Amino acid sequence: MSTNDHQRSAIVVTGLMKQYGATRAVDGLSFEVAHGEVFGLLGPNGAGKTTTVEILEGYRQADAGEVRVLGLDPFVDGTALRSRVGVMLQEGGLYPGLRTREVIRLFAAYHGVGHASADQLLDDVGLTTDRDRMVRRLSGGQRQRLSLACALVGTPEMLVLDEPTAGMDPQARATTWELVRSVVARGTTVVLTTHLLDEAERLCDRVAIVAAGRLAALGSPHELTSGERREVRFTTAVTLDPAKLAHALDLALDAVVADPAGQYRIQAAGTPSLIADLATFLRDHDIAINSLEAGRQSLEDVFMQLVTEEGNG
Amino acid sequence: MTRSALVAQVRAELTMTLRRGESLMVTLAIPLGVLVFFSKLDATIPDGYDDPVDFLLPGVIALAVMSAAMVSLGIATGFERRYGVLKRLGATPLSRRGLVVAKTVTVLLLEVLQLGLIVAVGAALGWTPNAGALPAVAIVIIGTVAFAGIGMLLAGTLRAEATLALSNALFLMLLFLGGMAYPIDKLPAVLESLADVLPAAALSECLRGLLVPGFGFPIGSFVVLSVWAVGAPLLAVRRFRWEE
Ligand SMILES: Nc1ncnc2c1ncn2[C@@H]1O[C@H](COP(=O)(O)OP(=O)(O)OP(=O)(O)O)[C@@H](O)[C@H]1O
Ligand SMILES: [Mg+2]
Repeated sequence: MSTNDHQRSAIVVTGLMKQYGATRAVDGLSFEVAHGEVFGLLGPNGAGKTTTVEILEGYRQADAGEVRVLGLDPFVDGTALRSRVGVMLQEGGLYPGLRTREVIRLFAAYHGVGHASADQLLDDVGLTTDRDRMVRRLSGGQRQRLSLACALVGTPEMLVLDEPTAGMDPQARATTWELVRSVVARGTTVVLTTHLLDEAERLCDRVAIVAAGRLAALGSPHELTSGERREVRFTTAVTLDPAKLAHALDLALDAVVADPAGQYRIQAAGTPSLIADLATFLRDHDIAINSLEAGRQSLEDVFMQLVTEEGNG
Repeated sequence: MTRSALVAQVRAELTMTLRRGESLMVTLAIPLGVLVFFSKLDATIPDGYDDPVDFLLPGVIALAVMSAAMVSLGIATGFERRYGVLKRLGATPLSRRGLVVAKTVTVLLLEVLQLGLIVAVGAALGWTPNAGALPAVAIVIIGTVAFAGIGMLLAGTLRAEATLALSNALFLMLLFLGGMAYPIDKLPAVLESLADVLPAAALSECLRGLLVPGFGFPIGSFVVLSVWAVGAPLLAVRRFRWEE
């Protein structure tokens, strides 16, 4: 790959390895992030997401592989990147002994940004009424919002956010998504990690699913979920006999299972004729249906499948 | 890093320092308390001083330097490391050098406040300034470097709770072994020779050498203090870890 291609991408990661003692936290990861793209890193606890983003942020040095952020090596050229990349750590990073507004104004000063923009940003993340509260007295979600504001205050070219909405209530989460979309609209590149598959689905242009430090899948949420779902799920008002239903659908007796949450899963593709047969069965037994899911698989399906495979493999 | 960033950092550091009540207890209340209490209790004051305050004031200045540069700075920095603040600052345009400069300026400003109060209370107790005051400022700065080095070494290598406990323990130990409230030659011989190589007694003896007329400048103590002022910060720089 030529230097030009590297500069066309905001981030280039090739064969990244990072080991802590005997633990291979990152085990040969490669991906690229285009300028202006929202890129999500998904994966179970301990998959290596934080390790990867902290290498992008210049906190850790890769054991092997190549990393380029805005054309620079983050571990070596950290100083040059600090004013261009806004960072949100998975946890901590705020002075507990300062007030909310003092913190955002301090971070604004690091970037030569005035009080007015800092206060505006506090408003954007919904912390205006908490501006005089000590950081140590903020709730977890409020701290996350302040952290996000600190990441945004320098109007960076790139944002690296490690679980930005963890601990936020649904409204704060929606506000955060709006904020991220608005900075993306002005051309900012965003890398984020998340455990929320709907967040990835709604916010990210592309996602990388990482398991045990390796890339398990990479693509747009649409591409990843385009495989046909091999399962139909439904819930009913009253219980039914799974074996009877399986028989009625011409399936193996164990093809219908009731999961502990009271949801029934039919292990078969949700073809129109299967759905019709299901409807007939329910009519004949006078069972009301509460919900039905068939067709495209969700990102969650893909995720669970890949992560389970990785765990077994 | 710009000058306004540095100014903002100093202001934030100073705000936090003045908000920490327990730290003001160590940096202001204890030194002033020692000064007043022992000046009324002249039993421990050695012969040859016109007034107990002439002996006490240099020692109390040394105590104040130790509390600001080692205890207050060390504990605050240890907890900033614990809360990931130091790590987060590493991703801002405020450079590490900027942070160190801001912390240095903050400690020096705190010392100005301390020394102002100590000199005012000392004057009320009968102390009069003399020509030694100016070189004493240089000694205070060297002492600050030595104790800040120790404080940062603790903060950058230990868990925050350990830094808290150890710097307070060192403070107490050096208060007793530092020739601050009573002269170290009243200590048992073993402790006296230990005290001789520690930075606290070295600092109070140097200050006495300059501030007490006819005391004579103790070259040995000055060498000990200088070694600490070079060694402790060097070791701190080498050993400091930004994440706990
Ligand atoms: N400083 C460290 N020292 C030793 N091992 C570490 C260190 N940091 C991470 N690890 C290990 O590396 C692996 C990857 O950790 P990492 O924090 O990158 O995971 P993650 O994907 O961010 O997980 P989570 O979703 O829980 O945040 C884990 O097994 C973890 O225990
Ligand atoms: Mg993580």
